[in-house]
Amino acid sequence: MQHSVSIKDLSLNFGQVSVLKSLDLDIAQGEFIVLLGPSGCGKSTLLNCIAGLLDVSSGQIFIGGKNVTWEEPKDRGIGMVFQSYALYPQMTVERNLSFGLRVARMKKDEIERRVQRAAEILQIEPLLARKPVELSGGQRQRVAIGRALVRDVDVFLFDEPLSNLDAKLRSDLRVEIKRLHARLKNTMIYVTHDQIEAMTLADRIAIMKNGVIQQLADPHTIYNKPVNLFVAGFIGSPSMNFLNGALDGSAFATENTSISLGGYQFTKAPSGKTNVVLGIRPEHIAVGEDARKMPFQFESEIEIVEPMGADTIAWTKLGGQSVTFRAASEVALVPGQKVTIGFDPARGSVFDAASGDRL
Amino acid sequence: MTSEALSSRATGAVAATGPSGPKPNKLTLSRVGVYAFLILAALFFLMPLWVMVVTSLKGMPEIRQGHLFNWPSMLTFEPWLKAWDTACTGRDCNGLKPGFWNSVKITALSVPVSIVIAMINGYALSFWRYKGSEFLFGVLVFGAFVPYQVVIYPLIIGLSKVGLFATLPGIVVVHTIFGMPILTLLYRNFFTSLPVELFKAARVDGAGFWGIFFRIMLPMSVPITVVAVILQTTGIWNDFLFGTVFAGRENMPMTVQLNNIVTTTTGIREYNVNMAATILTAAVPLVVYFVSGKWFVRGIAAGAVKG
Ligand SMILES: Nc1ncnc2c1ncn2[C@@H]1O[C@H](COP(=O)(O)OP(=O)(O)OP(=O)(O)O)[C@@H](O)[C@H]1O
Ligand SMILES: [Mg+2]
Repeated sequence: MQHSVSIKDLSLNFGQVSVLKSLDLDIAQGEFIVLLGPSGCGKSTLLNCIAGLLDVSSGQIFIGGKNVTWEEPKDRGIGMVFQSYALYPQMTVERNLSFGLRVARMKKDEIERRVQRAAEILQIEPLLARKPVELSGGQRQRVAIGRALVRDVDVFLFDEPLSNLDAKLRSDLRVEIKRLHARLKNTMIYVTHDQIEAMTLADRIAIMKNGVIQQLADPHTIYNKPVNLFVAGFIGSPSMNFLNGALDGSAFATENTSISLGGYQFTKAPSGKTNVVLGIRPEHIAVGEDARKMPFQFESEIEIVEPMGADTIAWTKLGGQSVTFRAASEVALVPGQKVTIGFDPARGSVFDAASGDRL
Repeated sequence: MTSEALSSRATGAVAATGPSGPKPNKLTLSRVGVYAFLILAALFFLMPLWVMVVTSLKGMPEIRQGHLFNWPSMLTFEPWLKAWDTACTGRDCNGLKPGFWNSVKITALSVPVSIVIAMINGYALSFWRYKGSEFLFGVLVFGAFVPYQVVIYPLIIGLSKVGLFATLPGIVVVHTIFGMPILTLLYRNFFTSLPVELFKAARVDGAGFWGIFFRIMLPMSVPITVVAVILQTTGIWNDFLFGTVFAGRENMPMTVQLNNIVTTTTGIREYNVNMAATILTAAVPLVVYFVSGKWFVRGIAAGAVKG
């Protein structure tokens, strides 16, 4: 099958600093890929390389089966949406949308048709005569998306398009982008450091750290089977509980507690006694009645309670190590209270303490 | 009496409801002091101008009586006409008129040429970085610190080699060269303060070097260009050194002719004519400041906020 975007052994250095390190990424036609990672990990740099705004140090980029490594941005068949909108301030919305088409000397009626279509899709028809300063943040971002839309390209690149917007608007536009993707079926590469955006939008998520893709998988796999400690800790809020201990046969042993890992599917068979980290998601820990049905249970004392509205986050201790869990908001929890909590170790993740890799 | 005391009495009537609506402007003692100081300072700096204006409107006999600050008892515009039309600079007696038109020619050519080049420089240095562009910029900025006098002689030799010494194009070239460091700095700083994403968006939209320059950057640089025009117009109009050295006899700017009129040694010193000539020469930069002062501040501020 032909890939829509294909990146082969891509490296990029800024002088001495190596930002992207022999990176490979294949993206299928019509796929929605989210690049997710902490600040400074090279997401924008990768996107700029794909767009042709940065010259790569080595490696190749293919778009639509064509090697575009040396092509100008305009010839790559991409449209790009920036975090700061980057609308041309002295042009009206209509002229902003049509700028690229006018540069390409397209016919007037064709420009008109495309601008109308984009404006209709994004519901910005009433704004066409306005200047960017007269628009709200959400409207500006819509125009920025429209500018990519009129170019009628196969690949859309988004660089944190929603991070300048407030929470409400962000979730509204998130849904709109999803709808847009469903309607246009373009390939989309979307950079964000918001994991909710990543989980809700992506067909596949690429988690990046220091210029290297750590895991490329669908959101479900990323969430349930993180390949290493970094991915496990990065995805999920509140983040995964990590218990330090040792693996002895098929049991996890920490200070005066032993947890049987029966049912856990090891990817690499552990050999002998190794130091490991057991990761358990706060939402996989049950409390009270539910806890009694769990394979592993323990008694503990609640330390801190954080009511979040929909649910409650509570802190407790297991074998001297801090553990957070998420409980339904109806469950009454108070600090100092003794409760039974339990979880299924098979739903957890076991990592090699030394390398951080999933076992 | 303190200002608190004043204000508490003024608001006493509305104390029951508390302050509401616009805050009333009160003339406090300190405010009066500030205004008094400002007015005094303005008067102090306006005094020489006043003396110049009244002197230029007096006849010579009246000037000899002294009374420097008095309004002329016999108002005459004769000195102004003379300064403009018939005052002698060495052998010629054509007044400042030819110098004025020379200055207009020099300024009208040098200002746009130097600004256009500096604008392109600044644009290229901020958005189209290439190997050595930082170094080039460093050299340019260093140029701002080289004393003019050091380069005058080599420049004379160079210009006469290419036949531009003592010509109108020659003086334009000189003004362009000497305006370059500061103008390039001005434009580069302005362009680097613009978001790079704007430039990237334009590139994705397919615009090239000139396309981005003319369609995106040029319309955005109006405020900073106003600043550049004012800087260059006043600088070039007020220039004396380059005018004397490089312009040649035919193109002597107004400042040089003013100097010749004022320091002429033959005959009596006509103070009224000198004053009129000086005011005439200074009028252009003054008008530029008055007309564009608001834009100037706005342009500077636009650069300051974004930079
Ligand atoms: N022009 C440059 N010169 C040198 N280093 C750079 C340059 N641009 C980016 N970098 C470095 O490259 C790394 C990756 O930057 P990049 O902008 O891709 O991060 P990012 O993942 O997009 O982060 P964020 O989420 O904050 O936007 C950073 O460490 C940054 O310091
Ligand atoms: Mg970024």
